[in-house]
Amino acid sequence: MTTPHLITQFLNLLAAGLLLISFAMLSRRRTQRLITLLAWQGVILFLSTCLVAHSSGLSELYYSAGLTLILKVIALPWILHRLIYQLGAQWDSEPLVNIPATMLVGLALVIFAFGLAQPISMLATTITRHTLGIALAVILLSFLMMITRRKAITQVIGFLAMENGLFFAATSATYGMPMVIELGIALDLLVGVFILGIFFFQIREQFESLDLHHLEALKED
Amino acid sequence: MELLLVLGLPLLGSILLALFGARRYAADLNAGMSLATLTAASLLVLRVIRYGPILVGHEQFFVDSFNVFLVALTAFVGFTTSLFSRPYMRIEEHHGRINPRRLRLYHSMYQLFMGAMLLALLTNNMGLLWVAMEAATLSTVLLVSLYRTRASLEAAWKYFILCGVGIAQALFGTILLYFAAEQTLGREGMTALLWTHLNAVKGQLEPRVLGLAFVFLLVGYGTKVGLAPLHNWLPDAHAEGPTPVSAVLSGLLLNVALYAVIRCKVLVEGSVGSLLPGRMLMTFGLLSAVLGAFFLWRQRDIKRLFGYSSIEHMGIITFAFGLGGPVANFAALLHMTVHSLTKSSIFFTAGHASQTAGTQQMDGIRGLLGISPTIGWGLMLGSIAILGMPPFGVFASEFLILTTAMREHPWSTPFLLIALGVAFAAIFSRVQPMVFGESDAPPLPHSPALLPVFIHLAMVLTLGIYMPPALAEWYRAAARLIG
Repeated sequence: MTTPHLITQFLNLLAAGLLLISFAMLSRRRTQRLITLLAWQGVILFLSTCLVAHSSGLSELYYSAGLTLILKVIALPWILHRLIYQLGAQWDSEPLVNIPATMLVGLALVIFAFGLAQPISMLATTITRHTLGIALAVILLSFLMMITRRKAITQVIGFLAMENGLFFAATSATYGMPMVIELGIALDLLVGVFILGIFFFQIREQFESLDLHHLEALKED
Repeated sequence: MELLLVLGLPLLGSILLALFGARRYAADLNAGMSLATLTAASLLVLRVIRYGPILVGHEQFFVDSFNVFLVALTAFVGFTTSLFSRPYMRIEEHHGRINPRRLRLYHSMYQLFMGAMLLALLTNNMGLLWVAMEAATLSTVLLVSLYRTRASLEAAWKYFILCGVGIAQALFGTILLYFAAEQTLGREGMTALLWTHLNAVKGQLEPRVLGLAFVFLLVGYGTKVGLAPLHNWLPDAHAEGPTPVSAVLSGLLLNVALYAVIRCKVLVEGSVGSLLPGRMLMTFGLLSAVLGAFFLWRQRDIKRLFGYSSIEHMGIITFAFGLGGPVANFAALLHMTVHSLTKSSIFFTAGHASQTAGTQQMDGIRGLLGISPTIGWGLMLGSIAILGMPPFGVFASEFLILTTAMREHPWSTPFLLIALGVAFAAIFSRVQPMVFGESDAPPLPHSPALLPVFIHLAMVLTLGIYMPPALAEWYRAAARLIG
């Protein structure tokens, strides 16, 4: 048997890993690398949910972990890989605006997230309470990624990373939402990615590119 | 039982239309399923009137006077829109803008969208509410891009990403809400997300967490309400999607999203014990009303124009809910009803008007009265109604909101008056040349179904002149629930 203390330590380690991956995503250019990173985020979520399930003795969390493994580690990355392969976009990379500046903004966001989460973490009784700040930071960093990127696929990866952050927040603050809700969220996510897949093809058919700067015609003049 | 039908029929319709949606009779099937849903909703209303609030399905579904009136409104406008869409989509097919395969997608998604909105209204579970709202977004994304033009793809993409990010914020808010509730209600029995249970213990919930949760929930669901500054998706989606979709987005989805915000507000206000949630609603509401009104001036596209008008009106309604108290809530509920009826009827006529003229640009639409008196009068009367001219119901609700604002927060009246005045000048000066004047455009290939327009406008007129006591009592009960 591992001690609760050790489990907490390990969870904090995983949370730190999640945050690190979010930063890595901010600086990656290649779409394929980003998908791999997204899958790694899924692995961390799976491990952390298993740990929380083990230490809290809540068996339903194991189902939730299984769902994460299937959806976020296997299904979504696979769908995205297939998509970029079919679109012939696997070697795509995009120029990034000023990585150091983005990183600095990211750091500020992390500090902000920790400040915001501090009073709430104090109230939590779960062993994972210190990680709420990290979850919020991951959400904000993914948001930053969505703002700074110009390609349709990268924006979607940012969106999925944001969802990962939300999932982590749910497990870290509350040991996860009720199962029905999690199934609903997972279903919405899957359908959303399917719709986006259809969308990519429509966009490319119309614009012959997935670059979003074509999508700037509808403006107030 | 009625509740099961209300939720099941749109789902069944969606499956049936996914199979047969490309056939000739698909539009009739769509209208038939919507009529069936409306019948079920009416039965549900009768039952709630007779026996009071219903709580069924392991407490997962809850009907009180607040949501039952929105259920009735949603089912009704859903039905009239399906009637309107029958000839409208046939004309679009005739013009070659759409093919049978896309019509199948359209019909199936239309029913699914209805089902998702009804689920969002009827559920007692705040998590399920979120899932249903997201499902409503997903089912309409492909509808907005139905024409596959560059502009419609852009609009749909914007809609998806903005509302997706918004709704992610709402999920975080829901998680925080669950987190606070779990400490009071515990995990057992899974009651910690049920609105009725939360409402019973709202005084004991941790105010700091709920305050933060409300910020996220308001930003999240507020994006879908179209509150400024998160309104960017709304005019694009309204202008580029097919007109029946614009009508249900504007007339129904915005209401449902606002409903979610108000449910949350009731909880948070009880916990925080201060006026902060109300103040936030007032600020966002006023900002949207004023911004929406000023943007009206710059529009050239008829559907964009009325999209911005929706932002303005949702702002006014949000402001009224923020004021709180029985009178303002009553006015807000009334305004929700009349706005939804009037705006959908305006979109019906605007859709046919742009079909006749062959363009959505207002400069190209002229002399509607000469081509088709019903379209011309429909647009004119609808615009007069939405601008809050006296005999119509919009006047009654706006008057109530204004007088309450004057009494309780005098500083806000100039803003409201500016918004209303600017909107009046902008819309009236645009609509007038479109209705009158000369035109040589040919008449439409299929005769339009404008009966829904005049039914809606007649209802709005009736509400303005004489409100049945039963209905007034119903609104009052709902207003009391909101507090």
